[in-house]
Amino acid sequence: MIAKTLQDMFRRYRRPGDIVFATFFFAFALFLLSQLGTETQAVKRTKWFAQPALWPTVAIWGMVIFSGFHLLGSFLSPRIPGRWRELAFWLKSLEYVIYFLIYVVAVPWLGYLPSTMLFAALLAVRTGFQTPGAISIALAFGAVVAVVFRALLQVNIPAGRMYEYLPDPVRVFALTYL
Amino acid sequence: MDNLISGFAILAQWQVLVALIIGSVGGVIIGALPGVGAAVAIAILLPATFAFEPIVGLTLLLGIYGSSMYGGAIPAILINTPGTAVNALTTYDGYPMTKRGEGHRALSLAYSASFFGGIFSIICLIVLSPVLAWVAPHFGSREIFLAAFMGVLLVILAHRGQTFSAAMLAFFGIFLSTVGLEPVKYTKRFTFDQTWLSSGVDLIVVVLGLFAISQALLLLIDKEHAPGEAHVRGNIFAGLKELLGLKRVATVSSSLGVIMGMVPGTGEFTSQFLSYTYAQKTSKDPDKFGDGSPEGLVASEAANNAVPGAAMIPLLALGIPGEALTAMMLSVFYVHNVIPGPQLFADQLDFVMALYMSLILLNVIVLVFLLFSTNLLLKIIQIPTRFLGIMILTLSFVGVFSLRNSVTDCAIAAGFGVFGLILKRLNLPIVPIILGMVLGGIMEVKLRSAMARVKTPLDFIDRPIAAILFVMILGIILLHIRTLVQEHKERIKPQPVLDEDSTQQG
Repeated sequence: MIAKTLQDMFRRYRRPGDIVFATFFFAFALFLLSQLGTETQAVKRTKWFAQPALWPTVAIWGMVIFSGFHLLGSFLSPRIPGRWRELAFWLKSLEYVIYFLIYVVAVPWLGYLPSTMLFAALLAVRTGFQTPGAISIALAFGAVVAVVFRALLQVNIPAGRMYEYLPDPVRVFALTYL
Repeated sequence: MDNLISGFAILAQWQVLVALIIGSVGGVIIGALPGVGAAVAIAILLPATFAFEPIVGLTLLLGIYGSSMYGGAIPAILINTPGTAVNALTTYDGYPMTKRGEGHRALSLAYSASFFGGIFSIICLIVLSPVLAWVAPHFGSREIFLAAFMGVLLVILAHRGQTFSAAMLAFFGIFLSTVGLEPVKYTKRFTFDQTWLSSGVDLIVVVLGLFAISQALLLLIDKEHAPGEAHVRGNIFAGLKELLGLKRVATVSSSLGVIMGMVPGTGEFTSQFLSYTYAQKTSKDPDKFGDGSPEGLVASEAANNAVPGAAMIPLLALGIPGEALTAMMLSVFYVHNVIPGPQLFADQLDFVMALYMSLILLNVIVLVFLLFSTNLLLKIIQIPTRFLGIMILTLSFVGVFSLRNSVTDCAIAAGFGVFGLILKRLNLPIVPIILGMVLGGIMEVKLRSAMARVKTPLDFIDRPIAAILFVMILGIILLHIRTLVQEHKERIKPQPVLDEDSTQQG
């Protein structure tokens, strides 16, 4: 009866992979707890409420306690098949994260307009939009985004170093608006 | 009166009007696109608005916030796919009405209920303004600390069935707010001797990662979900008149939306749940709920649209955001050195008035736009979801990189994007992280300043508002414990059939 009650108490609406996440988060919380002494300092002649370590301590203990309960809930709930398939889904996202970071590094070199057009078109091809029409739409979308944000809204994005190699009349325009 | 005229003058600037129109129409389109939602759009546009005047930036964001739920009702009613998460309840009664050939009636009722809810909440906001202006200065450090604490508590408890995960994520948010160089004693906290961590973790970077990049990643790698095709025929204006017959449900639902919108940490879902339950219990035809009941539809839409206006109350009066979207808007205030809180009502009442009027205007613009363009919107929402993913990821870059041209920020945002994707896949809530970050920072500052004048623990609650807030906090905890005990007693009773998926934690 007690086991059933405990199970009932900690059972929650779950999806496959929950226990993997719960374990990692709990381990992360424990790691932070182990670093609490070295990554925060106690300041002399300062009351408890003004100690710099107060809020990290509250937050990390909260993380440890509740992620512990969360993990316990996952352990006591019936296993849902598909854990590794779910993990593979999470890892698949890293491919797009890499593309995103390449794009981030490329912008200051290539310039916002060309790199955004390229990024949108390449993503379109990668996600299965391979017809000339679809690629053209992606290219047009990239161009519109760059023009709206850099030329019209003057958002803070640096000009591409490649623009320096453009002929004089175009160069100034590109450095300012593209 | 002077403030009202001055507010009109602020609103009459062409930049403000353009921002309002773009925000309202854009918000409807964004809301109608399943898989985007106001949070994604606001997160992306947030840094771009820093270059604008505060009123222009806020009007744009408010336009998106206030109008997205109108748009979200369209796919919810016509194709059984909610445009935004808060339109999920709309599918219960909206879609069955469409199946009966009453799609135009359902849409028309949803629009008019949304309009009623939106305007009702703004009227409440305006009526409450003098009270707010009177009460807000009585909120000192300890009252704001207690209100922020109550917000954290409520956002945790409002996630029924996910309380433990909501709590661990809220504490994670509080932890994130502490990383970096601490501003009073100048000591490092959890920087691991890394210079990029010294300045802390930027709220906007986290917001963009958790809301926008995670959604882009999800759309890019998940299966293509093409929304079904639909077309509306019939008189779409009819529901405006029909709502008059349902004014009791609309008024009570809007009132619940206003109350829940004002309480930090609760919001649309709780107000919808309460108003739907009320409408069903008081209906002459309760069996029809979930099977195309106009009352159910009105309850759901009036309640959720009453929240944005009301959510501005704690934000403007106390500087305390009640949910993720107002937390994002708070950063627009801070960037422009406009500090929301008691002083705002004393010093810049015309600014507050202009915000109220822009809220009214946005509801009118959206209603007119929707009455004439629903079929056009149904074509727009046919954009393939993977292409939407490309669009969101491309736009997310502008949001993060334009902050301070930092590749590190983009990498952190991408990291939070993956984290957000995992949370979304696991059905775990994201909002507690954001509220933890914002309210955690507020609690730290306010506790420090409040305790300087407190000698005994009882001094902390010796002022009337502090005492009321303390009693409310105790009441919320006791009520939750009571509910847990009741649920536990129900659970251990022998039951013929046990629904394993719906059994939830405390």
